[in-house]
Amino acid sequence: MRQVIAILAAALPLAAQVIYEQIRNADQTPGNWLTFSGNYLGHRHSGLKLLNKSNAAAIKPVWVFQIDKTDKFEASPIVADGIMYISEPPSDVTALETKTGRPLWRYRRVLPEDLRVCCGKVNRGVAVLGDKVFLTTLDAHLVALDALTGNTVWDVEVAPYKTGHSMTVAPLALKDKIVVGIAGGEFGIRGFLDAYDAQTGKRVWRFWTIPGAGEPGVQTWKGESYKYGSAATWVTGSYDPELNLIYWGTGNPGPDWNGETRHGDNLYSDSVVALDADTGQLKWYFQFTPHDLHDWDATQVPVLVDLPFQGKPRKLMLFANRNAFYYVLDRSSGQYLLSKQYVRQTWAQTSLDPKGRPIRLPNTEPTENGVLVYPNSPGATNFYAPSYSPLTRLFYVNTRDEGGIFYSRREEYKEGNWFLAGRFISKPGEEARGAVKALEPTTGIVKWEFPLHSPSWSGVLSTAGGLVFAGAHEGDFFALDDTNGKLLWRFPTGGRIFANPISYLSEGKQQVAIAAGHAIFAFGLEGEK
Amino acid sequence: MKNRILRSLAAAALSLSAAQAQGNPFATADDIRAAEGLYQFHCSFCHGRGDDGMAANLKNPRLPHAPSDGALFQIIRAGIPGTDMPLSIGLTDKETWQLVAYVRALGRSAPAPVRGSSSLGQALFWGKGICGTCHMVAGKGGRQGPDLSDIGARRAPSHLRQSLVDPEASIAAGFLLVEIVTRDGKKITGTRVNENTFSIQVRDFSDKIHSLRKSDLAQLNKQSAKSTMPSYRQQLSDQELDDLVAHLYSLRGGL
Repeated sequence: MRQVIAILAAALPLAAQVIYEQIRNADQTPGNWLTFSGNYLGHRHSGLKLLNKSNAAAIKPVWVFQIDKTDKFEASPIVADGIMYISEPPSDVTALETKTGRPLWRYRRVLPEDLRVCCGKVNRGVAVLGDKVFLTTLDAHLVALDALTGNTVWDVEVAPYKTGHSMTVAPLALKDKIVVGIAGGEFGIRGFLDAYDAQTGKRVWRFWTIPGAGEPGVQTWKGESYKYGSAATWVTGSYDPELNLIYWGTGNPGPDWNGETRHGDNLYSDSVVALDADTGQLKWYFQFTPHDLHDWDATQVPVLVDLPFQGKPRKLMLFANRNAFYYVLDRSSGQYLLSKQYVRQTWAQTSLDPKGRPIRLPNTEPTENGVLVYPNSPGATNFYAPSYSPLTRLFYVNTRDEGGIFYSRREEYKEGNWFLAGRFISKPGEEARGAVKALEPTTGIVKWEFPLHSPSWSGVLSTAGGLVFAGAHEGDFFALDDTNGKLLWRFPTGGRIFANPISYLSEGKQQVAIAAGHAIFAFGLEGEK
Repeated sequence: MKNRILRSLAAAALSLSAAQAQGNPFATADDIRAAEGLYQFHCSFCHGRGDDGMAANLKNPRLPHAPSDGALFQIIRAGIPGTDMPLSIGLTDKETWQLVAYVRALGRSAPAPVRGSSSLGQALFWGKGICGTCHMVAGKGGRQGPDLSDIGARRAPSHLRQSLVDPEASIAAGFLLVEIVTRDGKKITGTRVNENTFSIQVRDFSDKIHSLRKSDLAQLNKQSAKSTMPSYRQQLSDQELDDLVAHLYSLRGGL
């Protein structure tokens, strides 16, 4: 009998068995890509060097997996032991073999027709923990799928979708919890960050990104505007296991483009919050854009590094913000250390005040007749990820240089409706620009830049092979020399890129993958035979 | 019976678009009045009062991109790729339908008066004006400027007249003038066909397409405010301009 069981066990296909310690030590197993940013620290750096400066010119597509969807494809894949897990728009999941690009299973979600989504029916990726794959959905559910089959293990409502809530974020799996943020910043939701028990789907904690009545910070909202002040949490944050702190960026205050009804700083919108991972308690916060009037969500990935700062070893957070300033904070205390403008801007003095508060210039608020401001609402960077290489000690970010004409008007909050009170348009006739920039992390000085024809929506990946991978809006996916920005390789995918690259091993060979157009492209040195 | 089956099949096949297929559910006089402010806020920057903006003439019963109300609904929401018509956010379904009704009401309003003679204008187009050297109508003419086969369905007389006397007031999308010098000293001037970070495609004035890698270029000058079209302010009389505008306004393509 024991022999029979042994044979059966040997015949069973391997399900993903990703335990927390593996993710925590992800840098030690670069053959996998176990969490959204590759590691908890938000580095989006691969320790692999089979693809490197000497052979980059020979990189070619290994396989392409087409999805049968036409919405923007924003997924950042997860790879565990040769299986790639991708989310597809609107709220679907596919598991693929990295060896062949062949799908193993698919999860297809039936969604209501009356969804409230702002900016496309998109999803930015899944998380894996234990034997489950975790997905957030546009109808604001969190779903756990069996990693071997895609069967639904549990499915919980995070928030009602009819009130303007939706979910597009890739979950962050840590310890025994699944941490997820909410979208709906253009519908006047009250933002929050949640943690759920990975086994049961039971909510463990909720942190409201806008204080409630009587709580500290609520006085930064005029009247009852805190009840529908947005501050969504729609991009995956980072985690420091030693400090046991989660760092998560928050979105714009609502309504986006008119602050008349919400006088005050509007905490904790456009901030990064540091939360105790076990309880969700706020340890500290830092607000980048107090009383934002331009829709500059601080929903970028916080990058956590330990480096000397002004001669003293510090636990730092690097943050390239949508408002065109790059910030360095002490991530233990939240202390502001440094900022530097890294993209053209016309809304604030180039030096922030000693506490890191921007000094707003006159005549930059949206008006009824429109006012031109740089950057536009999509900002100097956006949801797509930056990268940090511990080898070059450089911070890489894809930047946008585009002006916007901002309009405001009056608008009443009505549950489930758009809540914008204005709009913006790109500056007519302007050819906007983009650039991949390499910043010195502790000064913000731009060491090199690779100009792009137009602003890109692609994230950046650095590798131990000395390569920096990124995409251009016209579909080129390319590799740069990490020390000087020289172009080493490129491939025209033919589709627009709204996603983050990753890297992993497939049968011992390094691949780099990116979602482009309506397909996943996997690149390497050897194609399918 | 057959009709009933067809109707039920159609009903089952459509959802949002039940309304789209059967017409606009918010098209009363009150809806049109309600959309006035929406139009001012979202549309008037480019479309003016319908027929005096830099964008498409909306005082037009048949909009080339929007043969049905459903198509117009989708255009207001998603824009028209490859043109300056952007997608919109912030409009509810009801508001979008009300805007559809408003735009259709503009389309029913009295057409802009045209003073000139279309037939005299046609003779000017192919004769004295030599417009056909650079512009195509129904497959005849040059390729340097925009195809004008349905220009009367897309632009109002005021816009057409302005383009004749001041061509640089509004450069058509896709007609950026570029001047290039390659590293080996070759000079190319023409219309940009396409461009990305690594290459640019240009059609020169003899209709030859040049595909160039940017790494091979010594200079790339974009004349974003320039047009190769001459102003007709001095070359044609007021009456001739009226006649030419009348002809251009009569060009409706297949519509």
